[in-house]
Amino acid sequence: MTIKKTYKLFIGGKFPRTESGRVIEVRGKDGALLANMSQASRKDFREAVVAARKASAGWAKATAYLRGQIIYRIAEILDGRGEQFVSELVSHGLRENKARKDLAQAIDLLVYYAGWSDKYQAVFSSVNPVASSHFNFSAPQPNGVVGIIAPGRGSLSELVSTLAPVIVGGNCAVVLSPQDATTAISFSEVLATSDVPAGVVNILTGERDELGLEFAKHMDVNALMLCSSDSDETRALELEAAENLKRVSVHPNKSLKEDPYLITDFQEVKTTWHPVGV
Amino acid sequence: MNPHDFTSGDYAPAPESSDHISLKKSYDLFIGGKWVKAASKFDTINPATGKVIAEVSSAGKKEVNQAVKAARKAYDGEWSSISGAERGKYLFRIARLLQERAREFAVIESMDGGKPIRESRDIDVPLAAAHFFYHAGWADKLEYAFPGKKPKPLGVVGQVIPWNFPLLMAAWKIAPALACGNTVVLKPAETTPLTALKLAELLEDAELPAGVVNIITGDGETGQALVEHSDIDKVAFTGSTAVGKSIRRTVAGTDKRYTLELGGKAANIIFEDAPINEAVEGIINGIFFNQGHVCCAGSRLFVQESIADKVIRKLKKRIGTLKVGDPLDKNTDIGAINSAEQLARIKALVNAGEKEGACIWQPEGRLPRKGNWFKPTLFTDCAQSHRIVQEEIFGPVLAIQTFRTPQEAIEKANNTPYGLSGGVWTDKGSKIFKMTTSLNAGVVWANTYNKFDPTSPFGGYKESGIGREGGLHGLSAYLNL
Repeated sequence: MTIKKTYKLFIGGKFPRTESGRVIEVRGKDGALLANMSQASRKDFREAVVAARKASAGWAKATAYLRGQIIYRIAEILDGRGEQFVSELVSHGLRENKARKDLAQAIDLLVYYAGWSDKYQAVFSSVNPVASSHFNFSAPQPNGVVGIIAPGRGSLSELVSTLAPVIVGGNCAVVLSPQDATTAISFSEVLATSDVPAGVVNILTGERDELGLEFAKHMDVNALMLCSSDSDETRALELEAAENLKRVSVHPNKSLKEDPYLITDFQEVKTTWHPVGV
Repeated sequence: MNPHDFTSGDYAPAPESSDHISLKKSYDLFIGGKWVKAASKFDTINPATGKVIAEVSSAGKKEVNQAVKAARKAYDGEWSSISGAERGKYLFRIARLLQERAREFAVIESMDGGKPIRESRDIDVPLAAAHFFYHAGWADKLEYAFPGKKPKPLGVVGQVIPWNFPLLMAAWKIAPALACGNTVVLKPAETTPLTALKLAELLEDAELPAGVVNIITGDGETGQALVEHSDIDKVAFTGSTAVGKSIRRTVAGTDKRYTLELGGKAANIIFEDAPINEAVEGIINGIFFNQGHVCCAGSRLFVQESIADKVIRKLKKRIGTLKVGDPLDKNTDIGAINSAEQLARIKALVNAGEKEGACIWQPEGRLPRKGNWFKPTLFTDCAQSHRIVQEEIFGPVLAIQTFRTPQEAIEKANNTPYGLSGGVWTDKGSKIFKMTTSLNAGVVWANTYNKFDPTSPFGGYKESGIGREGGLHGLSAYLNL
C-alpha cells in the first residue's frame, strides 16, 4: 500500500498548511484522488511576503559564486529525484516522453541561470566617463521581494523558467503556482534540500482570481512577474501595482525562454559617484 | 548695513545683461515643423518680478492630436528612412547650435524659471548641450549597447517635463529618443515654456526634418491628453510621484512603454570622520541648489551625533553668506521660487514642521518685496514621522536628524517610499561602499553631491520612478529589444 503525501504550502523554509483550512481536490485522469492541496489564502500570502522580506537582505548579500552554486545544487537535487517528477507529471495527464522533456528542460534552465550568477553584473554594468574629476559607475542591484504569478499550465519547466532568473539576481520570490500542480510543492521539497536559505523562495498554491490582485496590491512587494495572456487581468493587476510603483514585467502564459534580460528585469541600476583626487 | 541683508548684500550688483536675447511677445505651438495657432493663450511670468515675459499657446486635445499625427508621419516617413549615422549628425548639429547660443538660453532660463544665472549658465545649458552631443554618438552604435539584441525604435514618444530644469529636461528627453530613432511630442511645464520654444527655433535652424520633434505648451490637461493619446508608443515623464502613479495607471494593460522620474527625499549622511568643511559645502549644494527645486535634493541631513553641533554651527554660518535675490545677478546663490503655487506649498510644509515640534532656523535679513522668495531654512529636532521628513518639499528647506551607528543611518535613510538619491560623507573607503550599496537609491554621491553627466544613468528605486535616463542604461527606455 502506498503512503500518500499531504501537499502543503512552502513558506519561510517550512511546509505549513493553509491557515484557511481550504483544500483543492486534485484528481487524476481516472478520477482517483491525487491530493488535497492547500488553497492559500490572503493571509498565507502576507506571511509569505514577510518570510521573503526577512530573507531578502541575506540573499542579496550572498556572494554571486554562492548563489550560483546553490542554484546549480537545485539542478543536482532535481535530477536525482527525476523519476518522482516524471511520475507526478504523468499523473497530471502528460505523456511520459513529454514529462521527461519537461524535467530535462527544468534542469537545463537551472544550470543555465546558475552560470549567469556571477556574469550578468559585468555584462550589464558600466563605468561612466563623466566630464568631471569623478569615478562613476552603474551596477545592478536586486529589486528585493518579487511576486511571481507563474504560468497556469502546471509544468515544472514553466515554474523554473520564471523563478530561476528572479532568484539568481539576489531577489526573494513569492510564487503563485497554478492550483492543481502538485509538482510545484514537490519542487519546494527540492528547494528545501538544496541549501536555498529559508524564505528565498515561497510557493503558494491557490486561486489566481483570488490572490493575483493581492500580489499586485501588497506594498512590501517590489516587483511582479506576471505570466498572463489575459489583457483584462493584466490591466487589473497593473492598476493596483501603480500604488507603490511595482516593477511589472508581463509575459505570455507559458514557459519563458532562457534570457539574461529576464534577470535584469528584476534589477535596479545604481549609479555611484566619488571624487578622484588626493 | 545688516550683513545678511539679502536685497543689498556685501557685493555690488553684477547683473547679467539681457539685451542680447531675442524673445517674441507671443508663441504658437511647434507642430510638424510649423508654428501652429491654438485657440487660447496664457502668460508666462518672471517669478522674480511678477512681470509677464511672453504669452504662449495652450494646446487642447485637437492640437495634441495634430502633434501626435505629425510625429507619426515623420516616424513612418523620413526619420525611419535615414541611417543611424545621419540621425547622429542632426544631434551633433543641435549640440553645437546650443553651445553657440548658450548665453541666450541661460538668460531666458533664469528669467522664466527664477534660477540663478550662475547655475543656468554653468550647469543647465552646458549639460543640455552635452546630452545632445553624447547621444549623437550612440545613434549608429546601438547594437553594441545590448548584447544579443537587435534594438529597434519604439515609434512616437510623448514626453512631459517639469519646471525645475526646463531646457535640461528637454535635452534628457529628446536626445536619447532621437538617437534611438523615435519621434517626439514634448510638453514643457506650464510655468517654464520658453527655453523649450527657443529650442524649437533652434531645431528649425538645425533643419531637423518636420515632425521629428513637436513642442506643445499647456497645463496639466495638455499633458494628460498627450499621455492618454492612443497613438503614442511610449510615455516619458519627469515630475511628481502623484502624477507619475496616475500615468502608470493610464498605461496599465496597454502596450505603451513608460519611464517615470519622480520625487525624492534624499538622505545626505555625514560621518564624524568626514572632511567637515567639504561636507558642509556638499550639504549646502545638496539642498540649496536651484532653490531646492530638485528631485534628488539632499533634503534630509543625517549627522553623526558626535559632530552634530559643530556641523550645524558651520551650516548656519555658511547659510548666512548665501545671497538670495535677482536670478540674473551673477553673485546670487538662491534665486526665486518658481511659482506662487510652489511658494505656498513650501510655506504650508514649513508651517507643518513648526506645528509638529521641529525647531526652525532661518538667517536674518530681508527678502525682495516683489516676486516669489523663500529663505534658506533649517529644521533641527526632527522626528522620522514629521511631514518635513516624510514629504518632498521641493524648496530650500533642510530637515536635520542625528544618528550614532552606520546601521541606524541606513535604516533611517531607507525609511521612506522614495529612493532617488543619497549622499555619504566619510574619509573611510570601506564605509563608503558599505553605505552606498546599502542605500536604496538610484544615484549615490559619496563625498560629493548633485553631480550630473550625460554618460551617467539617473533614476530612482521604489516610488521615485521606473527606468533610467542617461548613459548606456538610459537607452533601453527608447528601444524595443
